[in-house]
Amino acid sequence: MESLYLLIPISVIFIVIAIRLFFWAVNSGQYDDLDSEGERILFDRASSEDELEQLETLDKKEQLDKPQ
Amino acid sequence: MSNEAMAFQSCYHCGLEVPQQGDFSLVIQGIRRAMCCPGCAAVAATIFENGLQSFYTFRSAPSAQVVENSYSEAQENPYTDWDLEEVQSDYVSHTDQGLLSIRVYISNITCAACTWLIEQHLGKLPGIDRIAINGTTRRGEIIWAPNAISLSQILRAIKQIGYDARPLSHDSTQSSTTNESRKLLLRLGVAGLAMMQTGMVAIALYAGSFQGMQAEWQTLLRLISVLFVTPVVFYSAQPFFTSAWRSLKMGHLVMDVPVALAITLAYSASLWATLRGGGEVYFDSITMFSFFLLLGRFAEQRIRDKNLLLLNRGTELPPVVTQVFPADRVQVAKADKQVPIKSLSVGDFIRVDAGQIIPCDGLIEEGTSQISEALLTGEPQPQSKQAGQSVYGGTVNGANPLLIKVSAIGEASCLASIVKLAERAALDKPQWAMVADRLAGYFIALLLLIAGVVATYWWLHEPQRALWITLSVLVVTCPCALSLATPTALTVASNILRARGFLINRMHVLETLASVDQVVFDKTGTLTEGKLKLVSVAASLTATEISEQQMVAWAGLLERGSQHPIAIALLNHPGLDLASAITEQDFIIGSGVSGKIGTEIFYFGRPDWVRDIAGLCDMPDMSGICSGEAQTKSKDQAKNQAKNQAKSQSIDVALARNGEWLATLSFSDQLRPTAIEAVNQLRQRGLKVSLLSGDPSPGAAQILKPLELNDCQLSLQPQQKLTAVRDLQQRGTKVLMVGDGINDVPVLQAADVSVALGQASDLSQIHADVTLLSGDLRALPEAIATATQTRRIIKQNIIWAIAYNLVALPLAAAGYVPPWAAAIGMSASSLLVMLNALRLTRGAKRSGWMAANGTPVMESL
Repeated sequence: MESLYLLIPISVIFIVIAIRLFFWAVNSGQYDDLDSEGERILFDRASSEDELEQLETLDKKEQLDKPQ
Repeated sequence: MSNEAMAFQSCYHCGLEVPQQGDFSLVIQGIRRAMCCPGCAAVAATIFENGLQSFYTFRSAPSAQVVENSYSEAQENPYTDWDLEEVQSDYVSHTDQGLLSIRVYISNITCAACTWLIEQHLGKLPGIDRIAINGTTRRGEIIWAPNAISLSQILRAIKQIGYDARPLSHDSTQSSTTNESRKLLLRLGVAGLAMMQTGMVAIALYAGSFQGMQAEWQTLLRLISVLFVTPVVFYSAQPFFTSAWRSLKMGHLVMDVPVALAITLAYSASLWATLRGGGEVYFDSITMFSFFLLLGRFAEQRIRDKNLLLLNRGTELPPVVTQVFPADRVQVAKADKQVPIKSLSVGDFIRVDAGQIIPCDGLIEEGTSQISEALLTGEPQPQSKQAGQSVYGGTVNGANPLLIKVSAIGEASCLASIVKLAERAALDKPQWAMVADRLAGYFIALLLLIAGVVATYWWLHEPQRALWITLSVLVVTCPCALSLATPTALTVASNILRARGFLINRMHVLETLASVDQVVFDKTGTLTEGKLKLVSVAASLTATEISEQQMVAWAGLLERGSQHPIAIALLNHPGLDLASAITEQDFIIGSGVSGKIGTEIFYFGRPDWVRDIAGLCDMPDMSGICSGEAQTKSKDQAKNQAKNQAKSQSIDVALARNGEWLATLSFSDQLRPTAIEAVNQLRQRGLKVSLLSGDPSPGAAQILKPLELNDCQLSLQPQQKLTAVRDLQQRGTKVLMVGDGINDVPVLQAADVSVALGQASDLSQIHADVTLLSGDLRALPEAIATATQTRRIIKQNIIWAIAYNLVALPLAAAGYVPPWAAAIGMSASSLLVMLNALRLTRGAKRSGWMAANGTPVMESL
């Protein structure tokens, strides 16, 4: 049971870190838009194959453009 | 027309009905997509060209109709004024890397896919460093490199995909609302994390109290709880204390008073028990309690913020204006100078060209013109104004250049003061909340009284148990579920309706909407589209060999550059060919226009004016000629009849060439495509549907005939409309009013629920309880259905909360409720209330909304 004296303070430290992270996330505006952010990930992966192709060509173009 | 037999066809882009005349459809990836207007077609083409078509797959609400189509690369950029440095200074800020950043309000955002589309489209432009758009508040921040791209190019790129960006000046309203909601979220997060921790510890403590536990461990666990609960009490729960204190100072009771009292008592008693050893602790109840209450408050605040931010949309006024210096009035043209609006002062002279928005209030010094006051009045017909009459900021100069003496700018202008009034109204506490508050006041007074009686009773009989039992009474009866009952259901319902384009500006709407008995429409722009359309071309006997297309093209050329409704109707006519050049164009206000196409002089205007100016004999009866002789032989009787019917409600304009009559073009307003269906559905719900219109023309009644309204009153003054609505209300009828202009405001405010259409002026949208963004009237019956369901759920929630209190209170007062039972009972009842509210979304899906408004249906066409 004495291990509680070690384990509980460790868990408290974790919580403090979690709260700090949460404060950082909120204050940097990550929770300002709760509606569209959740769906965004769905749009970025195009569904049909030709869209994938288009994305790939775009990626290639970007890579070609970069060195210049 | 075979189209007439065809079922309703929706525009691929905006989902509105595709008009029967004209074909704007596009073939995209081998499939023909129906389009309602050239604007939508252009936008869809741009989206596909840029490979962003997945927008159409993912969006969850139809886009706004685009209508105009004048923003392609080839045409002049209408936003160039925004590139001037003195204009940008109020809007643009510099970043450390030498980049510029601006905040914009983007109208027409309807769902999350819109933000994706804009970010993708802009992200592909060179020189854009970062772009972040918040779909909830419709605000975005754009950071760009000024040497690679100009602000005007960015604004036009947004316009090209069907949105409208307005720069926002540096102001504080936005940041203060954001700060408020962030703070509340932080409080909620802290309470949530602390709730989980104290909950975990509490399980150990409960187990200990059942199985026995050494005092050493019990004290340790209690101390750990104190560590987590203290920030909840002093940080998270702070809003309850401030609001309780404020209400006590003002001498009335709100829900927060017993909440604050319970938290204080529970915290201090538990702390005392921890330090002294023994007794009971309520730490887990305190955190759970705070968390649930904050959750309800957070949901409520989010709706309020959204509405507030939707109101502050940035300016529609042009950023610069041509200033004229009175000393040099003789040579006006030379003295003209483009200046930003903010540098104007009262008494200055400005020139506003045809088609421009008048930037401030003023008096006309020189010139006569047609002014469209649609922004203020919602009335699409322009008003004739001449020297000495006053004009208002935000109205549009339709015909001729005007010299205007500035009389009020910025905050002092008519527009600004109306906006301010409206904003204040939006901040007012919703009516239902006030009623609920008053009820809650009595309820709380009763609770406190009971708690007092219980405390005294136990103090006299068993003093050592008195504190704990009183606490238990306060915790168990805490109106947690009661205070969550309404906001959760309302939040869920208004989110569902928002997806349908039904934006609720006042919270009482959902409650009142369910009890509405009569729907009253205001004709202009509600049941009809509020704009003219070319319905027929009747060629004169001598000109039958000239094609209809050619006639329309001539008329369109003559009207080119004008903002008159007839000109707009012509320019929007499908297949219009404006290739030829026109010279010596001359607009005569209230009469018509003349001009030279090639070598011939054309006249287009009021028949009697055309007769006089072109030196013609009386106009032959053209409809008689066409339908009576030339056409009856070939065309069927039915069409003829339809044409005559259309005639009686239309505006006829004559076209003449040199000394010869060519044709009569008839224009008329059209019934909104969704109106019939919407009215039928409303009637099926047992509602009466009627019309109170200011329109004096009998044509209005003609247009509305297919709707079979219960009651139809024409040519009413605003005052008479008001009396009519008041009469209905006195007979106990609850009235839903659908309007679209500022002149409707008195009636809109008198009605129990008011709805403004999305195409209406910004101002009337602000005044109304609801903005119907999509303009799709079918959303009305659906909203009423949702409201009825919401009211049922709220009732269930309140009944549950009160029943729970009635059962728990006597048990707690008798001392039978241990702390763990109080905590479980309280949170279980809160959870039940929230889950019950979530049932609304299931109902919405079942009734097939997603299929009704989403893309899948349109895809299948």
